[in-house]
Amino acid sequence: MSLSAAWPINPWRWLALPALICIGATMLFAAPFRVFGLQLPEPIFAMVPTFAWAVIRPSVLAPFGVLLLGLFLDSFLGGPMGLWGLSLLAAYATVLLMRKLMSGQSRAMMWAWFAGSTGIAMLAGFFFTMLDSLAIPSLVGVLWQFLATVLLFPFADYLVDQFEDADVRFR
Amino acid sequence: MAFRESALGELKVPLTWTAAVAVVVAGIIAVALLVSDRRETLQEEAYGAARKTVDTVAAPVSGAIAAPGRWTGQGLSWISVYFFTASENRKLRRELEEMRSWRDTAIGLKEQNDRYQALLGLKLNPPIPMVAARVVADSRGPFANARIADTGRSRGVTVGNPVVSERGLVGRVAGVTNSASRVLLLTDIASRTPVMINRTNARAILTGDGGPNPKLEYLRRDDLVKAGDLVVTSGDGGVLPRGLPVGVAVKDIRGNWRVALAADNTSIDFVQIIKFVDFSQLADIKALSEAEMPPVTTKDPQATVLRPNAAMQAPQALNSPKVTAIVAPLASVPRPLPKPVSPLTPVQAVAPPPPPVAATMAATQLISPATPQFNGRR
Repeated sequence: MSLSAAWPINPWRWLALPALICIGATMLFAAPFRVFGLQLPEPIFAMVPTFAWAVIRPSVLAPFGVLLLGLFLDSFLGGPMGLWGLSLLAAYATVLLMRKLMSGQSRAMMWAWFAGSTGIAMLAGFFFTMLDSLAIPSLVGVLWQFLATVLLFPFADYLVDQFEDADVRFR
Repeated sequence: MAFRESALGELKVPLTWTAAVAVVVAGIIAVALLVSDRRETLQEEAYGAARKTVDTVAAPVSGAIAAPGRWTGQGLSWISVYFFTASENRKLRRELEEMRSWRDTAIGLKEQNDRYQALLGLKLNPPIPMVAARVVADSRGPFANARIADTGRSRGVTVGNPVVSERGLVGRVAGVTNSASRVLLLTDIASRTPVMINRTNARAILTGDGGPNPKLEYLRRDDLVKAGDLVVTSGDGGVLPRGLPVGVAVKDIRGNWRVALAADNTSIDFVQIIKFVDFSQLADIKALSEAEMPPVTTKDPQATVLRPNAAMQAPQALNSPKVTAIVAPLASVPRPLPKPVSPLTPVQAVAPPPPPVAATMAATQLISPATPQFNGRR
């Protein structure tokens, strides 16, 4: 069988490297830095690979990559263990289900899809936090984090562009 | 031979379904972790090995990442000082004049306080030690508000220690490793802090929700607080010392009382960890129950403890076995005779020692010397 149309992509390139970059960016933006009373925003960088991995191709490794990223977020940010893992997986599963609808869409439309998947992750986080802490998180805080995360779409778009055509079976 | 060219190469695995199974398995793992998480209990055991490992690794890495930001801040501060030296000097001179009068007042009050303490025979606990720490990471999202400080168990920090800035309470230590501490901020959704309104002594629970201003809950009545009231820790429950400033009461647009935190107005890269121990919580129940009582050896309890006239007034009741059993241990305790009152220490010689709880509360006066007005009432 010829592999000309279906060359396997290296998991280190499309899974490990983006995940490591996300971890680095998260740590960078967690620096205690305040200018004129304003702090850096705290976007969820892990949404970038979560969205892109689901769009690029279905994979067995990617969900566990998403889970590991979520567990890192929980450990590093100090939230309940499993919260971001579950929230990101909810977004990943939704995008995986809808990926056929996304194929061939314009960039603006993909941005809307990215915003939708981010919204699902944030809503899941809101809901699970409510159940876990028996308290309602600040909606304003959720909204700010959502807006900061949605602005990361160009990075997700770049990642999709890099690997979307790597294996024509998944186009 | 490559896999694709082997006999198994034609075996087609339904990858979408396999991926779906992987999602479900990962989801189950995440749910199990979330259900078993007990971070809100602020117990040493609840802070798992994974978190400790991440904290241990993240502290130096984040410290290195944060260093350029810190240097930039210091540079900006230096430039600001350079350009505004004259105005700063005028401002400092005004403050110095004001502080001189406060210094005289403070000296007078200190002498008065020392005299009262001598009169009452108060035995205060020694000053509670503090540890300064640099914050290397700060999470401020809606679901978690915590900081990592670069000081840990090696310097005596333990889980539950209060963390303050120069203005007021920041949070509590939620997890500790040998070289790093995780500080749960007051704004975190899992944070519950017993506080009181300084003006009325009304108790409330400060409840974080991920926003900048935590809520004041369980206030008994709404008229016990008004906008601008100072909110301090109440010390109830023994988890925090009493009288640490927290912030001022503000009302949100829905009419709920919240607190504008005092610590918001300070730099966020340095904190102090108070190595606070609540002495009223130190009783080791297990050790107490296992310890053997000394043998009771009395010859005649009535003759040694009871006065003759008291025994005559109620001879039948005192001779009952129950009363004898209660009185007998007391009889074995030697009772010193009251000493004659010394002219130098008239009250201390006869004053009973204060109970441990009162002594603990008194110790809080030593924590925040800048806020002596918070410690006067109980």
